Amino acid sequence: MLHAIESENFVENQRGALENPHLQRAMTKATEKFVAARVKLEAGDSAQWNRLRNRAREIKELTIANLDHYLDEFAANVERLGGHVFWAADAEAANRYITHLARQRGVRLAVKAKSMMGEEIGVNHALAASGVEPVETDLGEYIVQLAGERPSHINMPAVHKTRGDIAELFAEKLHVGRTDKVEDLTSLARRLLRERFASAGMGITGVNFAVAETGTIVLIENEGNIRLTTSLPRVHVALMGIEKIVPRLEDLEVFLKLLPLSASGQKLTAAVSFLTGVKDAASEEGPEEFHVVIIDNGRVEILANPHLRESLFCIRCGACLNACPVYQKIGGHAYGWVYPGPIGAVLTPQLIGRKRAPDLPFASTLCGACKDACPLKINIPEMLLHLRHEIKEGSDGVGASRKEERPRRTRLIRQLVNLAERAAFKLWAAVMQDAGRYRRAGRIARIVQRVFGQRNAAGDSTLPIKRWTRTRQLPQLAPGSFTSRWPEISRRTKRETND
Amino acid sequence: MRVSLFVTCLVDQMFPQVGEATVELLTRLGVEVTFNPEQTCCGQPAFNNGHRREAREVGAYTLRVFERELMSSDYIVVPSGSCATMIKNLYPKLFGEDAVKEATAKRIAPRVFELSQFIVDVLGIEDADTSRSGCVTYHDSCHLKRELDVSSAPRKLLSSVRGVEFVEMDRADVCCGFGGTFSVTFPELSTAIAQEKIASIERSRAETVVACDSSCLMQINGLLQQRGSNVRCMHLAEFLAARES
Repeated sequence: MLHAIESENFVENQRGALENPHLQRAMTKATEKFVAARVKLEAGDSAQWNRLRNRAREIKELTIANLDHYLDEFAANVERLGGHVFWAADAEAANRYITHLARQRGVRLAVKAKSMMGEEIGVNHALAASGVEPVETDLGEYIVQLAGERPSHINMPAVHKTRGDIAELFAEKLHVGRTDKVEDLTSLARRLLRERFASAGMGITGVNFAVAETGTIVLIENEGNIRLTTSLPRVHVALMGIEKIVPRLEDLEVFLKLLPLSASGQKLTAAVSFLTGVKDAASEEGPEEFHVVIIDNGRVEILANPHLRESLFCIRCGACLNACPVYQKIGGHAYGWVYPGPIGAVLTPQLIGRKRAPDLPFASTLCGACKDACPLKINIPEMLLHLRHEIKEGSDGVGASRKEERPRRTRLIRQLVNLAERAAFKLWAAVMQDAGRYRRAGRIARIVQRVFGQRNAAGDSTLPIKRWTRTRQLPQLAPGSFTSRWPEISRRTKRETND
Repeated sequence: MRVSLFVTCLVDQMFPQVGEATVELLTRLGVEVTFNPEQTCCGQPAFNNGHRREAREVGAYTLRVFERELMSSDYIVVPSGSCATMIKNLYPKLFGEDAVKEATAKRIAPRVFELSQFIVDVLGIEDADTSRSGCVTYHDSCHLKRELDVSSAPRKLLSSVRGVEFVEMDRADVCCGFGGTFSVTFPELSTAIAQEKIASIERSRAETVVACDSSCLMQINGLLQQRGSNVRCMHLAEFLAARES
């Protein structure tokens, strides 16, 4: 199914999420567990992890600075070894290629490993529309597919669901007796999915890392569904963003340590697949065809923006999500599109247009927990600040894209609020640049405070204050500012010193 | 040793007792404190909201105040981690397009210190030479810890207070949920995050929670008050300055 983009409704959606105690419980449990696992493993040798993170950054900086070169090298190697490369400018182009390929090969069923890029381009919807049934084989993705939902986390698609939710879902959708035991739920899914692997004409995966030097794609997993997806079907299609490239095989050492650590606190995942080329006539195993779809979909524009380019370093580990106090509270669906959490707040406005996700960069206290957690030390707070600047003061030219369309419902209220805010900050700046004005403003505010009294209950005062007092006690201006009391303070402390 | 106090607009207008305690504390530790009443604000509210033009105007004004102060004072001391971060780390970026102001910002940055950082790292004092009673815990404000890398200085000072039991709360460095205008734009979310902090504080069984940022304290105290809690919130300066009678 094609999910609507809901990022414009973020304010409403996050409020709904907060009012869902069920979601709260699920999010707290899951994020706590994964943060603890990562922190525990890191604590074992924090100096080593720091070195790895610095090295990973170096590799990514080099790669991103020479992306065209490495992409060309990668593509040449893939083709040299019998694979096909398709360069897709956007989602539509990618989907057209894939559905055309499926039609040509008589594919009726495609099995899918978890791929955020697949979500991004909406490949499932495109396949279904062209008569191919897509089946998710990652357990979390299988669950959300059954539920008709988007994944709500980069690694744990069904993190917003409790075991009870899943038990109920399986009982309802798979027409089986309800069981709450994890082993039973898992083996039921496994049994059902096994049958699909065997009869699928196409296997679709993402790409964790694409090695330019050898034309190898690398995929990591804990479930085994990637091994099956990339072995049994005749055709394997791998979807990758242009930023998934690493230059050499040896660069993988760093990333294959950092990704499992950051994603799930593991030293290594259960399986790591290195897939290069296609089988030759002599070999029996593996697909007959290998297609890599290299996708832009807005990434070249990100690359062109020096302030935001670093967001392409992301290896999709999800550590920032788990560490984020905002994500922990509202979950992934509130963000309204494919990528939630801190990295989602940076990528979404860039990929779908700032006008379609204007609230996301502001939904942060800039606490920096994401930056601390990130294996690539991506400075997400700095990028959020830059996006805020772009959104409030107009794009600096770079970053304005064909995707900057007007939102479906032009919000007059939002425009008025923006105008009022700009005026408010102009006034604020005028006051704050002049000590006399600042002091006068303080005096006026105190008169206002005295006249209207202490306000706690909602509905008594002006809108911004009301939004604070709905949930907290309102702090008051002190009777006299520090500045007004300085002469007396100064005298007193001098006297005490001289005693 | 002479320092100029940058009291911050929040403390100036809402929590002057924190400024007062800062002066008393520094004076007791042998530092002469001066104050320029022309100061206003570091400009962070505008900067955080994406209004860099206005942030630059106010920042430029504050930069001039600091330049003048540093002609007759050795350092500028700030009883706030977020304001100190704005000045030290972000002014050079904010004025990136103005070579002169950028140079000034870079020259001033090493002489600007958050209070606890100043006491421990510049004065070299880890004993606050004071006494209190009761159980106290500490909240790491985000900018102070993650941008200025200050987390042991306040703890050293708190632990040095005679008669006080210092306890660590769990998740001491997790955000309180204030985030400036975030608390007004996303009030329910801000409160939900604060509730986790309150839960950590209550689990610590401390009677007082101390922090180096009045914004965090305002957020935490606001929620504690509404719950009718007996836990007190205090700025580090207040906790260390007055001796309990």
